Amino acid sequence: MVEGQGLEGKTTANLETFLNGLWKENPVLVTILGMCPTLAVSNSVINAFSMGVATTFVLVMSNFLISLIRNLVPKQVRMATFIMIIATFVTVAEYVIQAISIEIHRSLGAFISLIVVNCIILGRAEAFASKNRVIPSILDGFGSGFGFTLAICCMGAIREVLGSGAFAGVDLFGPHYEPWVVMILPSGGFFIFGLLLLFSNWLNQRLKRKGA
Amino acid sequence: MNTDPLWFIFLSSCIISNFVLAYFLGICPFLGVSGKLDTASRMGVAVTFVLFISSACACGIHSLLVHFDALYLQLIAYIAVIASSVQLVEMFMKKFSPALFRALGIYLPLITTNCCILAVALFQTSREYSFVQSLVFAVGGGLGFTLALIIMAGLRENLDLADVPRLIRGVALALMVGGILSMAFMGFAGLGGNF
Repeated sequence: MVEGQGLEGKTTANLETFLNGLWKENPVLVTILGMCPTLAVSNSVINAFSMGVATTFVLVMSNFLISLIRNLVPKQVRMATFIMIIATFVTVAEYVIQAISIEIHRSLGAFISLIVVNCIILGRAEAFASKNRVIPSILDGFGSGFGFTLAICCMGAIREVLGSGAFAGVDLFGPHYEPWVVMILPSGGFFIFGLLLLFSNWLNQRLKRKGA
Repeated sequence: MNTDPLWFIFLSSCIISNFVLAYFLGICPFLGVSGKLDTASRMGVAVTFVLFISSACACGIHSLLVHFDALYLQLIAYIAVIASSVQLVEMFMKKFSPALFRALGIYLPLITTNCCILAVALFQTSREYSFVQSLVFAVGGGLGFTLALIIMAGLRENLDLADVPRLIRGVALALMVGGILSMAFMGFAGLGGNF
């Protein structure tokens, strides 16, 4: 951001950073990062949502800290430093989830710890937080985090409704609905994510054509 | 202590609960480097090798952490040691086996961010595998990863020649193929997995 911009210009730039992560550069649907958790824990809405919140927390906190110390870290060890910071916040998130609900902790399993190797977080740290000031970095974290949560919750909703006929644990179709079990199994994750990508490609292309 | 026999651990991590197709670990390289058969098999070998090394390291760290009663450091210690061991392996190989180093090339450093490396370390801890069991688990997982990658690469090489609508080309198509592949691997579940 350029020094001496008016307050209004700054706010718009910040808002843009936030919205960028949410849709235009949605980490999951556009840059195709962080696919492992998107596919693995999206078999129910609750799982997907808690994963999204945990990732957003780690993303915001690590972006904040990395942006704070960005001028202190030598270039050669920056990756190692980033990873350590991220791992610390993931450990915090894991203990917090365990304290809030042991059930969610059990159903997410190893995937909470695996937030460390989620490419979205390291990607944002390297591409944004290590070059920008604190406030935009936090907003960028929120934007990407919400983008991730949005995508993973979409997946979770579709898969749970089709695969077990329920939404967030509430039965939708009554006892006569024969659940489409494949959808909550691994292969369903691949199919739904493929369709979701197809849809977002189609939507983006349409918007582009309209704009042109 | 886990008492699963070794052959079962191997079969289960290699085929029944394949890392890529059943646990969704290492999807990024699965989609990223599965374009050509040659690169896919190299990547597979590199991952198997690193899995073996890091699994052995993780065993050591775990017993050390238990000894000092500092299990909350587990994640941080694992990721640090895995990242540095990959680098160490890289340097070691460059010095003593340049041929292998050239063959693996760029794939070696990329592996640090592969989820399945960290996942193997975490799984073997939570399932309380012994040292030998962990190594078998890691090698089985690595071979399963290689298998999935090679099958996928073979499929995609043929898909390149097919006439596919422009919208679905690329990742979306690869995911569809992955879904079908994962469905095929579900057939092995009858052998008895540990889901």
